[in-house]
Amino acid sequence: MRGEGEALIVYADLGCPHCAAAWAEICERPAAVVFRHFPVASKHPRAPALHAAAEAAGKQGRFFGMVDSLYAERGRADDPHLWERAERFGLDLERFEADRRSDEVRARVRRDFESGIRAGVIGTPALYSPS
Amino acid sequence: MIAAGQPAPEFTLRDQDGEQVSLSDYRGRKLLLIFYPLDFSPVCSDQLSIYQEVKPEIAAEGVELVGISVDHGFAHKAFQEKLGIDTRLLADFEPKGEVARAYGAYIEQTGHANRSLVLVDEEGMVAWVHESPTPLEIPGANLIFDALEAVGSDA
Repeated sequence: MRGEGEALIVYADLGCPHCAAAWAEICERPAAVVFRHFPVASKHPRAPALHAAAEAAGKQGRFFGMVDSLYAERGRADDPHLWERAERFGLDLERFEADRRSDEVRARVRRDFESGIRAGVIGTPALYSPS
Repeated sequence: MIAAGQPAPEFTLRDQDGEQVSLSDYRGRKLLLIFYPLDFSPVCSDQLSIYQEVKPEIAAEGVELVGISVDHGFAHKAFQEKLGIDTRLLADFEPKGEVARAYGAYIEQTGHANRSLVLVDEEGMVAWVHESPTPLEIPGANLIFDALEAVGSDA
């Protein structure tokens, strides 16, 4: 969660250019932004790896740092770019690597995706205010 | 629009690879017909991309998917490749929109189908229908799962 105020649930795809364009504006809203993974792999083949990287960075306290960076530099989405970010954020690289390939992280991303499907998400970014 | 409980009109169309496909080929299996307006319109792209992501879950319910629009098979092939999807796409091309008309999904003014979902059961009967209020409104995949749950509990 980022920010304070009413919750704003954001289903986003880290490979999606529309999400990247909207991300900074979303984060400026006076709300507590709750990020939900919604990688559409058929459309953005690299998205699952990017979501796993964000989740793995989150395990070391840098979830939003990774998300911000992935959206800010969309052209830098290969593994060496992820490692470079992990180093820049001071993450334990070995742990980051193990986490991003783990079943636990994959399941977490999929759980978010399925919750989005159940909520009727059909495109990203999709924003919901629960109240 | 056709209604649940009616027999699904038979059709034979060519798919993105030029293969002839008939509704009766799917007898004994459940089939979800996805009528959509046109290839390469952004909204359709999202719809079929999202359905692709949950195809394994839909298949686990014993349901296959096919998309139908008035585009030619050549366009379907390119569209499939662009989206990175493997959902079979049928060309309701000539006579244009004949199948969409038979299902009541054709919009005469715009010359393409409305965004509609038709679930055909193992016996070729319509089990469930969803018609979007406008072609711009995409039916979420949640509607498909809700329908499968409802249809399953009726059985």
